[in-house]
Amino acid sequence: MLFGVAALFEILGWLLIGQSFLFNVKRLPIIILQVSIIGIIAVGVTQVIITSGIDLSSGSVAAMSAMVAASFAQASGGFLMYFDGIADLPVIIPVAMGIIVGCGAGWLNGAITAYTGVPPFIPTLGMLVAARGVAVLYNDGRPIIGLTDSYKFLGSGIVPVIIFIGVALIFHILLTRTVYGRRTYAIGSNEEAARISGININAHKVLVYTIAGGLAGLAGVVMSARATMAQSGMGFMYELDAIAAAVIGGTSLFGGRGRISGTVIGVLILGVITSGFTFLRVDFYYQEIAKGFIILAAVIADQYRHKRTSGGGA
Amino acid sequence: MAGDIILTTKGLTKHYGGVHALEDADFEIRSGEHVAIVGDNGAGKSTFVRQITGVEQPTAGEIFFDGKTRHFANPLDARKVGIETVFQNLALADDLDVPANIFLGREEVYFNLGPFSFMNEKKMLAMAEEGLKRTAIKIPNLHNTIGNMSGGQRQCVAISRTVTFASKLIIMDEPTAALGVQETTQVENIIRTLKKQGIPLILISHNLRQVLNLVDKIIVFRRGRIVGALDAKKTDGNEIVSLITGLDTGVHENASYI
Repeated sequence: MLFGVAALFEILGWLLIGQSFLFNVKRLPIIILQVSIIGIIAVGVTQVIITSGIDLSSGSVAAMSAMVAASFAQASGGFLMYFDGIADLPVIIPVAMGIIVGCGAGWLNGAITAYTGVPPFIPTLGMLVAARGVAVLYNDGRPIIGLTDSYKFLGSGIVPVIIFIGVALIFHILLTRTVYGRRTYAIGSNEEAARISGININAHKVLVYTIAGGLAGLAGVVMSARATMAQSGMGFMYELDAIAAAVIGGTSLFGGRGRISGTVIGVLILGVITSGFTFLRVDFYYQEIAKGFIILAAVIADQYRHKRTSGGGA
Repeated sequence: MAGDIILTTKGLTKHYGGVHALEDADFEIRSGEHVAIVGDNGAGKSTFVRQITGVEQPTAGEIFFDGKTRHFANPLDARKVGIETVFQNLALADDLDVPANIFLGREEVYFNLGPFSFMNEKKMLAMAEEGLKRTAIKIPNLHNTIGNMSGGQRQCVAISRTVTFASKLIIMDEPTAALGVQETTQVENIIRTLKKQGIPLILISHNLRQVLNLVDKIIVFRRGRIVGALDAKKTDGNEIVSLITGLDTGVHENASYI
């Protein structure tokens, strides 16, 4: 499908404006760069969806984490210091802070989902609003600027792409080779069976959501490093792109099914679509409409697959 | 033939609010023995099983297993001491393959890193094959996901899960209720194999002919109570049905359920 979409834009490119879409030295790296931040979030969201959950909060959590991380990443001599006297910290501290804040938000999502039995849609929707509020409140709506060079390095060049690929690889291995992955699929596939098999469902769900939050936090760090500043409006609607990438990549919203490799392809398809429409000079709003229909098609395909293969179940 | 007592319950009782699902059940099974539990819908069979497998906790009464008093807080506790159960809803994960389902919740790992332990897939596959061989179960491709299998194959996987772990007691709740004729025969043959191997079994079934064919002892439940314990060789369908329904013998001569 990825190649299909890319080939379509290639043909349209030649037909409409007489240029090649793919064979442009500058375009491919840009596509991957653009999607790597969404991609980091999408990896976390994929494992949540595999447990037949959902995380709507990731975009806001990324922004909140970006604000907190950036406040620990300011270089000395700048204006508008968030913390007086805290400057030039080693890069590990802001990165850790961003991830910890993300984990905290994810932990809350997971704990509420697991221990109250509320559908995950609700606590994560609450977190979507609340985390954005925290992001705004953190510096009274002002951006945090003047970041250290070592922090900005995380967003420079192909570093975000390397981080994305690294995250994707680690989670591919986690989901396919470890007990963590086995439990994640089992819970999404048949929660009752997993419970009877002695898996601590609640603890595992909390872990999955916490990790998803941590990845959103990491995405916030990379996002602010790339923008060389953090502001509260960052990552707006990223959660929906991340969910879309997972679903386009074959992760089932019914749970139990999905692969990180699929999500990586899903993210690339989203990137190719955005980039392709821009290349064809299609208006941004038409792009959004097209993207909406593609997500719809992916969800319908998922529904169809689910019906077809779960017929034999008792 | 029958050896030491493996499981005993004394005065086992379960109330759901005002509903007395299980009253004062005294039950015992010896090693090597196959016991059937029969009764009408809502007679308390499944409730009884849920108490001795740790799915639920009894309101009152005691469970002795393997010489000790036991309190099972969850199904894993029961499994740890050697009670393996094939639940009515099978408790299989459709999206996982055969070894993954057999080892669900107790995966073999290379070294323990908690949830982040790497699984030893080779060992699990070998042990799954071994378990299937022991019960003469044939499943063409073990890496097929459960969702793509027939009802009989799914049942076989559920049964082989219990056998793989060389348990001290196997409980099967309606193992053939959803199966076709051929598949039922296959499951019955597995049960006979278990008998030969001396593994004790509690079989819950609606099929009286099956029960009479397969087990040593038949326990009848009615309205949450144990109303009879019959020797399978000395009884017939008629007597069992009278106990199940509480009506006099002879009424059921031509009944289709015998």
